[in-house]
Amino acid sequence: MSFNSRRNLFFLGMLGFGVLYLWGLKGLPDFGRYEGVYGITLNKVAVAQTHATNLVAAVTFDYRGFDTLGEEFILFAAVVGVAILLRAQRDEAATADEEAEESKDESRSAPHTSDAVRVLGLALIGPTVLFGLYVVAHGHLTPGGGFSGGVVLATAALLVYLTGEYVALRRVSPESLTELAESVGAGGYAAVGFLGLLAGQAFLTNVLPLGTTGQLNSSGTILLINLAVSVEVAGGFSLILAEFLEQTLLVRERKHG
Amino acid sequence: MSYLPFAVAAWLFAVGLYGIVTSRHLIHLVICLSVLQSSTYVLLLAIGYRTGASAPIFVEIPPGAPVVDPVVQALTLTNSVVAATVSALLLALAVQVHKKAGTFDPDELDILHG
Repeated sequence: MSFNSRRNLFFLGMLGFGVLYLWGLKGLPDFGRYEGVYGITLNKVAVAQTHATNLVAAVTFDYRGFDTLGEEFILFAAVVGVAILLRAQRDEAATADEEAEESKDESRSAPHTSDAVRVLGLALIGPTVLFGLYVVAHGHLTPGGGFSGGVVLATAALLVYLTGEYVALRRVSPESLTELAESVGAGGYAAVGFLGLLAGQAFLTNVLPLGTTGQLNSSGTILLINLAVSVEVAGGFSLILAEFLEQTLLVRERKHG
Repeated sequence: MSYLPFAVAAWLFAVGLYGIVTSRHLIHLVICLSVLQSSTYVLLLAIGYRTGASAPIFVEIPPGAPVVDPVVQALTLTNSVVAATVSALLLALAVQVHKKAGTFDPDELDILHG
């Protein structure tokens, strides 16, 4: 299909979309006058039911826990897909680290890291890890949680790469460890779900003691699932990061002859 | 009554899709998809917003105080994480396409290589 006909088809489609969108908006309450039953009910009962003060976490990991399990496995599948797509192909070889250092392929080698980046990166690694752990651990109390905290933790791995070398990144997050974290996190979520079955209730029912509202060890399975998700997200994003870096820095077309 | 958030969502959707349809570079296409996906965040959060209400975090506000809808916020949260990993997957595909075909231009990829 030519460029112009593709664009014309787009404008035709947008016309249809615009009509449907306006039609859909007509059925919505005015902006700022939200009247959804679920949200308003949850705002009244959720803190008492789950002992979590962050209602977003309560919804994500308890009321909609089963849906989030599905989304968790979308994430898992995407990370596994990246790992499979970026593996060394038949006609390629992952060069050993020393070879990569020696190879004079200037176009693909990483640019030299400036001292300013090294110092700043080094200073940020500790606080980033601590902040990530804080965001994860307080996910059921304040904004944050396993998803966002896990990404912050994975950022620490990126800082290690920026500060040191690719080899240093591999040392703090070896592939086997990130893969393990990724799988344990995904499996851990499902395992917490089975606690509900063991207690004779439905899958993912919040059966653990709820603790005191506002305390760190409260909200039962929400806290546990939060931790599992953080392990999975941190592992998954570190794995994606490592795969892309490996692709850029190490994988070379195998020399023929 | 304000239509602005809904207009922003529609605009992000439109420009994102336009970018995808007319893209001449696969990396550009993935970024356009991210723009398109962000329209869903704006739409979801706009639907759940209540004028004068605070965030659904009952730490420093009394129980029963008006807060915005936590359900759409939870949807947006998982949505954004999944969007990030899907972008990574597509970028990985783009890397391999470039290796096999030597180009990032989708228009030059119409011939199937065995």
